[in-house]
Amino acid sequence: MRWFWVDRFTEYVAGSHARGVKGVTLSDEFIHGHWDIYPVLPNSLIAEGMAQTAGLLVSEMYGFKELVVLAKFTKLTFNTAVRPSETLEYHATIGRALDAGAQCTVTATARGVGGEREQAVAEIFFARLATGADSDAAAKGLPARLFDPADLVRWLHVTGVFQVGVRQDGSRMQPADYGLPVLV
Amino acid sequence: MPTKEEIFAKVQEALVDALGVEEDEVTPEATLQGDLDAESIDFLDIVFRLEKAFNIKIERGELFPEDILTDTAYVADGKVNAEGIAKLKERMPFANLSAFESDPQVQKLGKQLTVQDMCGFVEYKLAKA
Repeated sequence: MRWFWVDRFTEYVAGSHARGVKGVTLSDEFIHGHWDIYPVLPNSLIAEGMAQTAGLLVSEMYGFKELVVLAKFTKLTFNTAVRPSETLEYHATIGRALDAGAQCTVTATARGVGGEREQAVAEIFFARLATGADSDAAAKGLPARLFDPADLVRWLHVTGVFQVGVRQDGSRMQPADYGLPVLV
Repeated sequence: MPTKEEIFAKVQEALVDALGVEEDEVTPEATLQGDLDAESIDFLDIVFRLEKAFNIKIERGELFPEDILTDTAYVADGKVNAEGIAKLKERMPFANLSAFESDPQVQKLGKQLTVQDMCGFVEYKLAKA
């Protein structure tokens, strides 16, 4: 199983906000046994989906090149249970960013047979562990990057970031802009 | 300009939300790192909350002048020299540095920052604005 907790981005405005969708099905392994005859998507995985949606948005601010990691959830509330057949829409918005990190607000809206409801709200902090073009990562004993560029660009393609991603001036985001391998 | 009590109340709220501590733990004398367990990323969170609460902009190094603490002109053997202390006082007029002066080890500065110092910082920023 790949650790992808957003299936597809439907909107992605660099430096501002993004929307991503996650579908939940009964064949999902993580739902088996959670809980017996009342299967639900674990809320911890919803938190992961919220973090991935916001994390890919924050990473872009630093050219997808730097060590941007989840530092903490300052707020996280869940309302109901998400069942197979439902979808979740994550909406992440960048609040304030300084060179040391950024704060994001993320909501998760559940949609299904019973209609639509707000499932979760989070406020997430991301820290930039090493900054600048000549990163001081090595001096801090950190890896130079979190993802192999080829894996990262695949992830961004698979989740549709380059299909819907635009900058704030409306121009399209392209892998080459970030020094990532061009696959298509 | 809000009163000292109003500033304290908002600083207290920011610290309760950012650090997950109880309101009664956030006393003026409480140290952020020692008593309230603040870690480095929490300072960024606190800064963002103070910006929102008081409608101010806080730039990096304003609350905590890291640049002085990493400058070899002001630091030797892990201790801030007299020139560095003078520079810190100039940049941090809102903080009470007397305890730090008696044992100016670089890593002790952050540990001695109190809730009162944060209130002093906000007052200083509001007066400048």
